[in-house]
Amino acid sequence: MAFLDNLINGISLGSIYAVIALGYTLVYGIAKMLNFAHGDVIMVGGYVIFTAMTSMKLNAYLSVLIAILACTVLGIIIEKVAYKPLRQATSLAVLITAIGVSYFLQNMALLIFGEKPVTFTSVIDIPKITLFDGQIVIKSETTAAIVVSVLIVVGLSLFVNKTKSGRAMLAVSEDKDAAQLMGINVNRTISLTFAIGSGLAAIAGALLCSTYPVLSNTTGAMPGIKAFVAAVFGGIGSIPGAMIGGLLIGVIEILGRAYISPQLADAIVFAVLIVVLIVKPTGILGKKVNEKV
Amino acid sequence: MAMLEIKDLHVYYGIIQALKGISFEVNEGEVIALIGANGAGKTTTLHTLTGILPAKTGSILYNGVELTKTPAHKIVKMGIAHVPEGRRIFQQLTVLDNLKLGAFTRKDKEGIAADLEMVYKRFPRLEERKTQIAGTLSGGEQQMLAMGRALMSKPKIIVMDEPSMGLSPIFVSEIFDIIESIRKDGLTVLLVEQNAKKALAIADRAYVLETGRITLSGKASDLINDEKVKKAYLGD
Repeated sequence: MAFLDNLINGISLGSIYAVIALGYTLVYGIAKMLNFAHGDVIMVGGYVIFTAMTSMKLNAYLSVLIAILACTVLGIIIEKVAYKPLRQATSLAVLITAIGVSYFLQNMALLIFGEKPVTFTSVIDIPKITLFDGQIVIKSETTAAIVVSVLIVVGLSLFVNKTKSGRAMLAVSEDKDAAQLMGINVNRTISLTFAIGSGLAAIAGALLCSTYPVLSNTTGAMPGIKAFVAAVFGGIGSIPGAMIGGLLIGVIEILGRAYISPQLADAIVFAVLIVVLIVKPTGILGKKVNEKV
Repeated sequence: MAMLEIKDLHVYYGIIQALKGISFEVNEGEVIALIGANGAGKTTTLHTLTGILPAKTGSILYNGVELTKTPAHKIVKMGIAHVPEGRRIFQQLTVLDNLKLGAFTRKDKEGIAADLEMVYKRFPRLEERKTQIAGTLSGGEQQMLAMGRALMSKPKIIVMDEPSMGLSPIFVSEIFDIIESIRKDGLTVLLVEQNAKKALAIADRAYVLETGRITLSGKASDLINDEKVKKAYLGD
C-alpha cells in the first residue's frame, strides 16, 4: 500500500507540474521562446492568494480568482515590456531577458514579503477520499490537482483546436508571416498566449502552495524548471505531451525519492530527461517538423 | 484613378537597399506581371505591399488609402490577398483548416460557406483532401491550397508570388489556367513570375525589375516581342 500511496503522491505532484508545463509549452509553441520567468509567476500567484486570504480576509475561491486575474495581467505586461521589443532579436537575447525577468520577480517578492517563508492555508475545500478501509487516503489537494489538470488539458485542447482564436494561435505557431497574411494580429495572439499561460500559472500556484504549504520568493523556481523538463519530456509545444510529461516527472520524482534516494530524486529526474533527449530528441509526443522546400 | 498606385518606393533589408524607388500602378480588372531575375526585388515589392516588410520612403495607395502605414493583418481585410512564395501553407493543419484561416477576417458565415464551395469547385482536389494534413499534399496541390486560401478572404486583388515555382509542367499549365479563370471572375491580379513567357502570355501589362529598379514597362504583348526581354528573360 505504501507503493500506491507514493504513486498517488506522484500523480498529484505530476498534475501540478502538468499545469505549469502547459504554460511553458503554450508559450513556447506559439511565441517560440522559453519563458523562464514562468515559474516565478506561480510564486506571484501564491503571494496574491496569500495576501487576499490573510490581509483582506477574502474567501479562498475569490482569492484564487483574483490571483488568476493578477497573473494574467502580469503575463501580458511581462510580454509587452520585456519580450515584445525583442521579437526580431536572437533567441539567446530573449532567453537571457527571461532569466532577468525571473530574478526581477523573485527579488520584488523578497522586497515586499521578506525572506521568511510564510505558511500558506490550503484553498481547497473538498472532502478527502478514503479507500480500502482507511488504508489509502487521497488528500483533497490530490483530488483537486488531478481534476483541475485534466479539466485544463481538455479545455485548452478544445480551445486551441476548435475556436477561431485557437486556430490563429496554431497559425502563428507555424508561420508568423503567413499568419499575418491571413489577417491574424500576431502581437495580439502572442499576448493572448501569455495571458492564458500566466493565468494557468496562478492556478498552478494555488495547487502547489495548497499541497506544499510553504511560500517564499523562490517557491516557483524549482517546480518551474521541473515543469520545463516535463514539457520537453512530453514534447514541447504539445498540449497532451505536457500532461503526460508532467505526470511522468511527478511520479518519477516521488518514486525516486521513496525507493532510491531522497537526495538523488532531482538528479534522477534530469537523468531521465537526458536519456529521453538522446533516444527521442523531440520528446514523447513531439512532432518532427518536416521541412518541405 | 488606379486601384493600386506605388510611388517611389524605397525598401531596405538592414543597410542593403532592395528597392531603389520603384513606381507602378495596377488598374481594376488587370493582370499585371512583374518579371525579373532572382534578387531583382519582386518578392520585396509584394512583401512591402502586404505589410510584411516596412517601406523606408515612398507610398502605396490602394483605392486612395495609404498602405505603408497599415499593419499587415489589416491589409487583408481591405481586399488584398497574398499567395506567398513557397506557398507558406500551414503544413500541420488540415486542408479545411487552412481554407478557414483564409477567411479569418470575415464574419459572414453564409458567404464563407459559399466561397468554400466555390474554392472546392475550382480545386476539386482540395475537396477530396479536405481532412488531410496540408503538409502531406504534393507541391502542386499545396499551390492550389495557397490560392484557395487566398480566395477565401474574398479579395478584390490577388497578389501571387512565383505560383509556378518548382512545379511539374502539367501543374504549371494548370496554375496558369486557374489564374486566367480568376481574372475572368473579375479579380485583379498582380503576378510575380520567373516563368516570364507564361506570365507575359496572360498579363495585360508588365513591368521588368532589375536590381531594385523598374527598367522596362509596357503592354505584355509588346514586351513579349521586345528584343531585350527576349534575350534576358525568355531564353530566345
